[in-house]
Amino acid sequence: MTIEKKFSVCGMCTVRCPIQVDMKDGDIKFIQGNPHSPLKGALCARGAAGPGLINDPDRIRTPLIREGERGQGKWRQSSWDEALDYVADKLKTVIREYGSRSLLWSDRGGPFRDLHQAFMKGIGSPNYCNHDATCARNVQHAAMSLFGFGRKGVLYDLKNARHVVLQTRNIFEAINVKEVNDLLDSLGNGGKLTVIDVRANVSAAKANRFLLIKPGTDYALNLAVIHELIDKKLYDADFVEKWFKDFQELENFVRDYTPDWAEGKTGIKAQEIRNFAADLAAASPSVIWHPGWMNARYTDSFYVSRTIYIINSLLGSIGAKGGLPFMAKPGDCGRKGLKALAGLFPKPEDKRADGAGWKHKHIDPGPGLLHLAFKAIETSDPYPVKAYISYRHDPLMAFPDPEAQKKMLEKLDLMVSVTFSWSATAWHSDVVLPLSPYLERESIIAAKNGLKPHFFIRQRALEPKYENRSDWEIICGLAKRLGLDAMAFDSIEDIWKFQLQDTGVSIDDFEATGIVPLTDKPIYFGEDKFQFKTESGKIEMIAPKWENSGIPSLKPYEDKPDPGPGFFRITFGRCGVHTQGHTINNPILFEQMSENVLWINSDKASEMGIAEGDMVRVSANNSYSGKLKAHVTSFIHPQAVFMVHGFGSEVPAETRAFKKGVADFRLMKGGMDIWDKAGGGVALQEHFVKVEKI
Amino acid sequence: MSRYRIKLDKDRCIVCHSCEVLCKVKNETPEGISLNQIMAEPQVSEEGYPRLKIKYQPCLHCKKPECVPACPTGALYIREKDGLVLVKDELCDGCMECLEACPWSVPRFNEQTGKMIKCDFCVDRIDSGLEPACVTACTTHALRFVEAKEKGTAKKAA
Repeated sequence: MTIEKKFSVCGMCTVRCPIQVDMKDGDIKFIQGNPHSPLKGALCARGAAGPGLINDPDRIRTPLIREGERGQGKWRQSSWDEALDYVADKLKTVIREYGSRSLLWSDRGGPFRDLHQAFMKGIGSPNYCNHDATCARNVQHAAMSLFGFGRKGVLYDLKNARHVVLQTRNIFEAINVKEVNDLLDSLGNGGKLTVIDVRANVSAAKANRFLLIKPGTDYALNLAVIHELIDKKLYDADFVEKWFKDFQELENFVRDYTPDWAEGKTGIKAQEIRNFAADLAAASPSVIWHPGWMNARYTDSFYVSRTIYIINSLLGSIGAKGGLPFMAKPGDCGRKGLKALAGLFPKPEDKRADGAGWKHKHIDPGPGLLHLAFKAIETSDPYPVKAYISYRHDPLMAFPDPEAQKKMLEKLDLMVSVTFSWSATAWHSDVVLPLSPYLERESIIAAKNGLKPHFFIRQRALEPKYENRSDWEIICGLAKRLGLDAMAFDSIEDIWKFQLQDTGVSIDDFEATGIVPLTDKPIYFGEDKFQFKTESGKIEMIAPKWENSGIPSLKPYEDKPDPGPGFFRITFGRCGVHTQGHTINNPILFEQMSENVLWINSDKASEMGIAEGDMVRVSANNSYSGKLKAHVTSFIHPQAVFMVHGFGSEVPAETRAFKKGVADFRLMKGGMDIWDKAGGGVALQEHFVKVEKI
Repeated sequence: MSRYRIKLDKDRCIVCHSCEVLCKVKNETPEGISLNQIMAEPQVSEEGYPRLKIKYQPCLHCKKPECVPACPTGALYIREKDGLVLVKDELCDGCMECLEACPWSVPRFNEQTGKMIKCDFCVDRIDSGLEPACVTACTTHALRFVEAKEKGTAKKAA
C-alpha cells in the first residue's frame, strides 16, 4: 500500500503533540505521534480520534449568519465573501463609533497565537484575551510574584526527577503525551510519586503516596510542609542563602503552621506530613512539585501555587536537572527565533478593558482576564466593549454560569465565533465562521522552548471537506477588508517566509520530519547563568507588586465554609478520552464515554441510600439541576462530589452530545464574580451543590 | 500461540483507551463494536492505596484456537507461516459459532456486512514490516509486540 506521510500538529487538545498522518488515496488511514519526535509514535485517545472529527456529519459546513434571537439556533448559510464582508462592515461601524478598543478577542493561547495577536494590534485594540482565567492564571502569577517571570520561565524535567508531587495536576488523565511518558520513565527508574487530591484519580493509582485531602485546604498542607522543611533544616541552605530574599519573613510566617495544625485542617495525619517532607528533602534537588496547570479552583489557589514554587525553591530544584530547569529559547542555542507577526504593528495605547496591568497592577496584561472583560461589556466600565470574536474558544462552557454570561454579552453589537466544531458560544453568536479542523489546515510555524528548542510545522493533510477555511485564511481575509495590508497575506507560504526570514531555516528543512531542531543536546543552565527577573535578582518571598496592590504575599490561612447537610462541594476534572467539552460529540469518543457520572463518598452515599449506579439529582441554588448515575467510592473526600467537565450540552446541532450528562459549569451560579484576587483565576470549586437520590 | 503476542506493561498503562480508538480507526470498525478491549477495575492494595487492576484483551491468536474447529464453513483459519488466526471473508456466513466457542468472546458480528470480524494483529501492517496499530501508537508505550522464537524466549518483533 502506498502510504503518503504528512507531518502535522494535533488539535484535539491544547497540548499540540506533533503527529504523523498516514494517507492513502486522499483518505486518512492512521494517525500516530510523530515517530521522529520524543513521542516516538505515541498518541492519546483524543489524537487517535482525529478522523472522528473529520467525518462527523454534525460539522458546520458553511459560514452562518444568525436570524432570530441569539441562541435561538436560526441560521442562514452564507458564502465566505458575504460573511467576511458582514463581519468587517460591522467591525468598522463599531470601531467608528466606539474606537478600536471596543473589540475583544479570546482564544486558547497556544503556539499559533502570534497571528491573532497581530490582528488585534493591527486593529489597535489592547483587548486580546485567552482562556487562562479558567486555567493557569494563578500559576502564572504565583511564578511572577516570586521569580519575576511566568510559569513558562522554567520547565518540568520529569524524566530525570526522583520525586514528583501532583497536587491538582492529574497528569495521567489530563494527558500531555510527552509528560506522561517522561513521568512513567522516572517511575520506572525508581522515582517516587506523591499525589494530593480530593479523590483517587488514575494518577493516584500510580502513586507511592496518596494523600486524600479535604477540598480547599491545599494551602494549609503546603504551609505545613514549608514549616517542616525550615524547622527540621531540610531545605537547601546554600541555595536559599544565594537566591532567597526575605527568607526570615517566610520563616516567621510559617512558625505556627505545624503539621499538627495542618492535620486539623486537611485531615492528613501530621506524621504523614513529616514523612512526606523528609522524603522530598531526600530526593532534592531532583524534585518536582508540580505548581499546577488547571488551578482555577479556589479563592486561594494563587497561594497554593505560590507555596508550591516556594517549596521547590527551598529544595533547590529551581534550575536543577530533574527539577524545574530554566527554559531555553532559540537565542540560548545561538539561533534567531521566528519573526513575530505581532511585530508588524505598534502596541495599542489604550488601557485594557479588563483592568489588567493598570486597575489590577499585579495582573499580567498579556492575556488579561476574560471574566473581567465580560464585566466591561456589561457595564461599559472603563469604556464600551461592543464587538467580540471568540476563536476556537467556548467561554459559555469553560467559564461558570452561562446564563449570567449571556446577560453580560447582551450589550454586544457583534459576536463572532471562529470554530471547528459546534459549541455553546458558537450557538450563541451572530456569525459562525467554520475553521477547518486541524487535519484540513496548515498553520503558521510554531516554536517550542524547552531543553531542546525547536520549530515545528503543521502541514495540511486533507483538503477541506466542506466550506471551511484555515485560521490564516480567515484572519488575513478580515485583515484585508479592514485595511491591515501588512498582514493581508495571500498564501501560507508567504507567512512562513515572513516568519523564517532571520532564522537561517527554510521551509524545505521541515520536509523530512516536520521538526527543525535548533540544538543537539539538552540545554541545562549552570548556576552562574540563573536569572530571576525580580528587582533584587532573587526569589522574593515578599512580592512588591502584590503588596502595592494591597495583596499580602504571605497570606494567613483562612478556613473555608463547610457544605451544609445534604450539600457537597462540587469538584471537576478531566478524563483521558475527552477534552474539556469539545470532543463529547466526536462519534469515536462519544462511543467511549457518552455521559459523566457523579463520584460520591461511600459513607455519605450509604447515609443517603445511594448505591453504585443509582440515578441521583444534583442541583445548585438556581433553577438548573441534572440527573446522572452515582459512582460510589471510599476514595473521594466526604465533602466533595466530582464529575468530569464538559457534558450537558444545550446545543441541538451536537446531535450526540445534546443533553447528555450534567453540566458542572451550570451548577456554579454567580461563579463569574468569584475569583482569586491575587492570581486572577476564576474559583470554580467554591460552589456547593445538593445531591438527592431519585 | 502464534509466533506473536501483544504484551501489556501494566505499570505503564494508564487505561487511556487510545488502543481501542487506534484499532477502531485503523480497522474502520462499525459503531458499537470493538476488536480489542482495555479494562480496569478499581482495587485497594494491601497498604490501602488506590490501584487499578488492568487487563488488555485483543485476540490471543491461540495455538489451539476454539474458534477454528467451531467454524462450519472453514472461514476461520490459522495462517501457517506465523500462526495468526484469521477470517476468510468470502467463506463467512455470520453464523457466530466462533463467537460462541471463544472463551473470551473475541470475534464480533458486523451488522453492516453480515460477517464476523476479529482482531487480526493488523496482519496487513505486520506484512509491511510494521506493528499492530494499538502497539504502534499506545500513549505510554505500554503495549509491546513480541515474537516468540522458542519456548521461554521472547524478543520485540519489529
